[in-house]
Amino acid sequence: MPSTLRNQAAIAGIGQTPYSKKSGVSELSLACQAVSAAIDDAGVRPDEVDGVVTYLLDSTDEVEVARAVGLGDLSFFSQVNYGGGAAIGLVHEAAMAVASGVARNVVVYRGMNGRSGQRMGAGVSGNIITSDVIHWSWYITYGMMTPASWVAMIAQRYMQEYGATSEHLAHIAIAQRNHALNNPNAAGYGKPLSMDDYMASRLVADPLRLYDCCQETDGGCAMLITSAERAKDLRHPPAEIRGVVQASPRGQEQMTSFYREELTSLPEMELAAKLVYEQSGLGPDDIDAACLYDAFTPEVLMQLESFGFCGKGEAKDFIDGGKALTVGGRLPNNTHGGLLSEAYLHGLNNVVEGVRLIRGSSCNQPEGVEHVLMSAAVGVPTSALILGKAGGP
Amino acid sequence: MPSRIKPPMGEDNGWWWEQAARDKLVIQRCASCEVLRHPPRPMCDGCRSLEWDFVEACGRGSLASFTVLHHPQVPGYEYPLAIGLVDLEEGTRIVTQLVDCERDDITIGMPLEALIHRDDDGFKLPVFRPARESEA
Repeated sequence: MPSTLRNQAAIAGIGQTPYSKKSGVSELSLACQAVSAAIDDAGVRPDEVDGVVTYLLDSTDEVEVARAVGLGDLSFFSQVNYGGGAAIGLVHEAAMAVASGVARNVVVYRGMNGRSGQRMGAGVSGNIITSDVIHWSWYITYGMMTPASWVAMIAQRYMQEYGATSEHLAHIAIAQRNHALNNPNAAGYGKPLSMDDYMASRLVADPLRLYDCCQETDGGCAMLITSAERAKDLRHPPAEIRGVVQASPRGQEQMTSFYREELTSLPEMELAAKLVYEQSGLGPDDIDAACLYDAFTPEVLMQLESFGFCGKGEAKDFIDGGKALTVGGRLPNNTHGGLLSEAYLHGLNNVVEGVRLIRGSSCNQPEGVEHVLMSAAVGVPTSALILGKAGGP
Repeated sequence: MPSRIKPPMGEDNGWWWEQAARDKLVIQRCASCEVLRHPPRPMCDGCRSLEWDFVEACGRGSLASFTVLHHPQVPGYEYPLAIGLVDLEEGTRIVTQLVDCERDDITIGMPLEALIHRDDDGFKLPVFRPARESEA
């Protein structure tokens, strides 16, 4: 039976810091700046905020942000596991808290010095033996210790099975870079990417080249979630939550779900799609734009199939040389540049763009956007979200 | 000389590496329903038995997928570094290193055979190479 979260909550405020390769400030500072901006954007007072959610991987605890920003008495605080899989898990937590009455105004955030500080894929080691450390050791011992390496293993088989090529991956990278050319806060701003540039770039983890991989970023972003009713009285047109779900199917691992029978699809995204469409009462034909998680280009191809925009193995044709994923195409995707060309804020910046698409304020705004689909990380326990305009179905 | 990052030797995995140190590639087996599983886990996800033993793999398998790592280059490993996902003849899968082959030799579905690699510091781990013609 579908859950009852449909249309209960809305994203009423968004905030972000500048994105850079060296912020020069602490991760706490980045989180505070982003949360502060989201509160102001919504038009609520700090002391009205009574819920705070972040990533388990975030270095800044909820109460550190609350104390620094001057938030109110908190009745809800939580952290969501599984790296970028938490990107929408945060919204899921906040929506449940608001819908149940546990909290009225919840901020969610991610602040990270992802380039100048701790970088992803630096390896995992330690003296304390947990199931998590043992999990990673099956790969790290052999030298497989980066997200790119884990994703490459799935991408290689998918591409061979369905005849997808480096050119298809390049079309995704280039389409999103073209979006970033209109986004002054994007890493790709002022840096056009050609097919020749792409093909000349170095291999990172075959078949992934440099431009198949997302940015590494210092920055913060945040959102404020409140009830759909309250959101109508706030500063901006609300982005109502039509559906928000977490998904972790049988046999799921963190990044290395290599042991399922099926190696050429994303069972976690297929489950997320089923649940989010059920909850929202919507389907792929209702989706006007998307921000599909794009830490690596093959993930976009595979998710187009998971979410039913095309059949299995058909994504390479669906994208139509990248045109389908740009403004005026069937599914404008990551109109800010995404994780590939705007910034890697562990996926949360893609959700912020989803809100802009509903508001009509994207730097590459398509016409007539009623519903936007967003997904969190691929290959991990994940989450998905559909936002809609207030007053819509 | 830097050496590879070693696995932690916990109760749920240390025994597997001890077998590798004795030149054996082994697979965990549920003692109750006899289903094989890898990577090892303390409980059978079919019958929930906590009892298990292991069998020695025959060493034959085929390549389910692969990647060749170029960047970043971590001390203790040699690059380009070919990593394979191998379907063992017994039915389980394992992530491993591919040796004695170049990038262009590697194709999904190719037959492989296991051997035990010994690092300079004495650490041993199962790796795979293309199956020899005479045995294919």
